[in-house]
Amino acid sequence: MRMDKSYSQSFEITGNNFVDAGKAATEVKMILKQIGINSDIIRRVAIASYEAEMNVVMYAKRASMNIEISQEKIKIVVADEGPGIQNIELAMKEGYSTATTEMREMGFGAGMGLPNIKRNADHLKIESEVGKGTKVEFVIELIKHRAESIEQ
Amino acid sequence: MQDDFRSIKIEKEKCQGRMACLRVCPTQAIRVRHKKATILKDRCIDCGECVRACPNKAILPQTSSFSDFSKFKYTVAIPSPDLYYQFGKDVLPSTILAGLKKIGFNDAHDVACPSEAVSIALQELLDSNDLPRPLISPFCPAIVRLLQVRYPNLLDNLVPIESPMEIAAREAKREKMEELGLKENEIGAIYLTPCPAKTVAIKNPPRKKHSFIDGAIPISEIYPTLLQALTHITPESEHEKQVRGIGLGWPIVGGQASSLKREDCLAIAGINDVIRIFEEIENGKLKDIRYIECHTCPTACVGGSLNVENPYIARGKVLRLLEKYGSKPCQPREKIRELYQKKYFSLPGKIPASPAEPLDDDIQVAINKMKKKQEVYNLLPKIDCGACGAPTCMTFAEDVVKGNAAADDCVFVAIKKFESISSDLLETILKHSRKVRHNENLS
Repeated sequence: MRMDKSYSQSFEITGNNFVDAGKAATEVKMILKQIGINSDIIRRVAIASYEAEMNVVMYAKRASMNIEISQEKIKIVVADEGPGIQNIELAMKEGYSTATTEMREMGFGAGMGLPNIKRNADHLKIESEVGKGTKVEFVIELIKHRAESIEQ
Repeated sequence: MQDDFRSIKIEKEKCQGRMACLRVCPTQAIRVRHKKATILKDRCIDCGECVRACPNKAILPQTSSFSDFSKFKYTVAIPSPDLYYQFGKDVLPSTILAGLKKIGFNDAHDVACPSEAVSIALQELLDSNDLPRPLISPFCPAIVRLLQVRYPNLLDNLVPIESPMEIAAREAKREKMEELGLKENEIGAIYLTPCPAKTVAIKNPPRKKHSFIDGAIPISEIYPTLLQALTHITPESEHEKQVRGIGLGWPIVGGQASSLKREDCLAIAGINDVIRIFEEIENGKLKDIRYIECHTCPTACVGGSLNVENPYIARGKVLRLLEKYGSKPCQPREKIRELYQKKYFSLPGKIPASPAEPLDDDIQVAINKMKKKQEVYNLLPKIDCGACGAPTCMTFAEDVVKGNAAADDCVFVAIKKFESISSDLLETILKHSRKVRHNENLS
């Protein structure tokens, strides 16, 4: 059997639970800090995973967030049970949002969620089925980053 | 000065390992091993919570005492404005400054007025657009240290402006050099401090620049002598000379933020609330906030562990004094603006990150240790009893994988191990006794 060289952990996210919103992203950060991941990478992961978590809190019933860390990359998969996204291309546009007035008054729903994930991740994949749910998967490369910082 | 200078020290002889410190430390920097507490320097942020909590008074702030300053020709006391609020409500700042001269300092220099100047400098700074959002106040040294240890990403959000105590000391020295023809190193500027954290800002400033302050004495230490001296001082009748301005409000929660006269400022006090806010900022939130005043102590500086007066009573005195003298500025605003333009308040240089040690320097090894840590954690009772000497089961699991503790230092793990050993033993004994009986029957 091949020795698994990555670390993974899952977190449950509950829809409409605004009190605990952000907890999964905070836990993810704590893990990365202990592993000694570069703080610039942590900032990117924090923003992307927070946005992904908030999407679940605002729109879905529940989701699991799975993080997998290896020497090469950090991969985060958020799979939810929820309404799904009608038009992914439109949802990726900055400023586009289906948030309610209440959500906007709370400071959410600026239409920056998915675009912010895209901006901070190296790869982003979204699969969605209307009425069933959405799977957001993004990767932040570690090796590429290390090479870049050596070049500088 | 040593890089790892921390503001608190544990006196081993006095420590009885009673774990009060272990439970209050907000950064899990304390371990109790062999009945003695130790501080993990890479995690300590100098907040002083343990100093307050220790039932044996075994944790002491690393401050100076009066005799340390005999080498100076001339001494100036730089009292934190908290000192103004430690005495009866009718004792005014000018009387307290006079009292300091009576107990042995050659002079005393007010810090409330420089605080007002810093407020005005901040107003100017916040109007410029090229700085990160939200900006974080740099005046509580334990907050700066918390950022270095846990939120290095947010170090750029710290306001690059000098603290009022440094400005006061710089001014006091300049004045005395001119007035008395002394050299800088002949004048000792001594800060009267409300907390241990300020001593780190003096002895080991995070930006590695020279401090104009030569040492710090706890307010609680000079309090008895000063109290006595105050009874012999006739209060000054002329109110023209009274200490005044918005700087008087700096020691309480919201004192800085409200002096900025903007709606987009927040004031946060108490380390756990500050941590919660920092997590949010790290997640990319609070971009519409311009400035956050942050304090480690829940009642801000009047609640510092080296003060004497109850922080809520002190707060009442601050509000009273602010009402009376707060609206009259102590310096013309134009003069401060001019100084600001000349970079009188700026603090050049970056504050280095100093993250708490990861599980390992090699990422793959750290990942493996993280897995191992989770395995160890699963064996633990998750009740954070502290009996192992670590504050939580999670920190204990971390200590085990780092090689600083053994899994059976946990009593629950040890009991399980003992149970399995003893049941093995019992089985062996029974087997042998059956064999013996069997043999006896045969013979």
